[in-house]
Amino acid sequence: MKGFYVVYRKELYRLFASPIFYVVAFIFLALVGYFFYSSVAYYSLLSFQAGTNPFLSEQLNLMDMVLEPFFGSISIILLLMVPLITMRLFAEEKKTGTAELLFTYPISDRGAVLGKFTAGVTVLLLLLLGTFPAMLLLGIITNPPWEAIGGGYVGLFLMSSAFVSLGLLASSLTENQIIAAAIAFGALLLLWIIGWSESLVGPVLGSFLKYLSLLTHYDNFAKGILDSRDVLFYILFILLFLFSTLRILESRHWRG
Amino acid sequence: MIEVENLTKFYGPVPALRHVSFTVEQGETVGFLGPNGAGKTTTLRILTCFMPPTSGIARVAGLDCQLNSLEVRAKIGYLPENVPLYSEMTTRRFLEFAATAKGVTRSRTKQEIERVMQICAITPVASRTIGHLSKGYRQRIGIAQALLNDPPILILDEPTIGLDPTQIVEIRALIKDLGAERTIILSSHILPEVSQICQRILIINNGQIIATDTPANLITQLQDNLQVHLEVEGPRSEIIEKLGGVPGVLTVQPTKGESTYVIECERGQDVRSEVARTVVEHGWQLRELKLQDLSLEEIFMQLVTDEEPEEK
Repeated sequence: MKGFYVVYRKELYRLFASPIFYVVAFIFLALVGYFFYSSVAYYSLLSFQAGTNPFLSEQLNLMDMVLEPFFGSISIILLLMVPLITMRLFAEEKKTGTAELLFTYPISDRGAVLGKFTAGVTVLLLLLLGTFPAMLLLGIITNPPWEAIGGGYVGLFLMSSAFVSLGLLASSLTENQIIAAAIAFGALLLLWIIGWSESLVGPVLGSFLKYLSLLTHYDNFAKGILDSRDVLFYILFILLFLFSTLRILESRHWRG
Repeated sequence: MIEVENLTKFYGPVPALRHVSFTVEQGETVGFLGPNGAGKTTTLRILTCFMPPTSGIARVAGLDCQLNSLEVRAKIGYLPENVPLYSEMTTRRFLEFAATAKGVTRSRTKQEIERVMQICAITPVASRTIGHLSKGYRQRIGIAQALLNDPPILILDEPTIGLDPTQIVEIRALIKDLGAERTIILSSHILPEVSQICQRILIINNGQIIATDTPANLITQLQDNLQVHLEVEGPRSEIIEKLGGVPGVLTVQPTKGESTYVIECERGQDVRSEVARTVVEHGWQLRELKLQDLSLEEIFMQLVTDEEPEEK
């Protein structure tokens, strides 16, 4: 763990010193704002109609019609944006040669990996915090289920951490940032939709694929359900990818 | 302090180092000399634990570079080739990072940064962004970070490249100062530099060490024949004939100039006084008579252009 804090601070500094973060944050928040606005607007339109239609009013539900699409859209935008934030973490160091500096300082590999991972997670935490005013706005006009919202944010946090761990691995594989982003995006998208082929491959493999899918585990969170199985899935996912990244880094010690 | 045994490194099928062995004693300043692509940087990278050798052992202060990587790295201040730096950071911010990474305690960090900035004369650019600085400043920031936490061993890969002549002189003086109490390895392809700063030279070519000695010894060892440069006015053919008869003289070659000649004579024989006497006896006008030292450049060329470099 030697060097964790120093790498973490350096990485945060670099993330905030580069324009990538601000561009990504701007686009992310603008898109989230748009999705939030449109789902709230649709909900209020239906509410007006429900005034004349008693059957419809029974189906009106803030959780299903506003919060679930809100969390769902954030997760999709993150899927697109996280690779852009993680792509430079190792790739750029290798490209510019600063890896030679970093890895000849007395810093352990574990410290470097965890420092970079935590920096990435911190940035995403800030992005997620940026979406919270939407919830506050909802709190002003109605009384939203705060526990469910909390569950949704825990899910978002776990899921984006998982995205970061995969992005970090992709970045450690190459010295080209575009390739790192492409690998991360491809892998995340595949893991996102892998459950869709459930019905094609038979029951055993199908349930396995469904279990692997990032989407399956996120669905419960978006509905406001905190299930320890889903939490465990994300934690194991993160550990697996951090461990793989560490092994990739360590390989430079023996790859002659 | 530094021991290297039988180091071999392959990049794919290409050998970069072949059975390199050498030792560096504590307090020595050693220069790695060789043409580009000879294996200097590779050797230094192995010593700084950045990459493993294909085979062989590198030890720094008795510790194996591969098994005790962290301890070895804590003892070394390293200036990599091309000086990679975090270009978005300011000089001070970068040095702060480097100091913390090298384990300087927080209370000493500020003082330590001031110290190295003073030594490398980069205080004026302390709050500038590194990416906007000139090559000379970047180079000196690179040296400054190597000096942080006062490591007993300094490894400098081409420390004076990209500097202007005044800065080169300054940095050389700085390295000489530092070398008084530290072990230093530096690489260079500039001969005068190495012969000025270093007590010992390792000449490396094609991944092999082909000579190692003090600059003075290298010169005497490799000087086969002495050359005397002569400028004399008189009839050319007669001069060549008469001087050729002086004992110890092998050949007399006229050179491009009107009245200049190069006399090659046997090793260990100083023929100058005899040549002077002969010239005066014949009544020619002697203008210049000079013993030509084989310069380090020539020795270097001799060594690295040999078809089959001999192993020492």
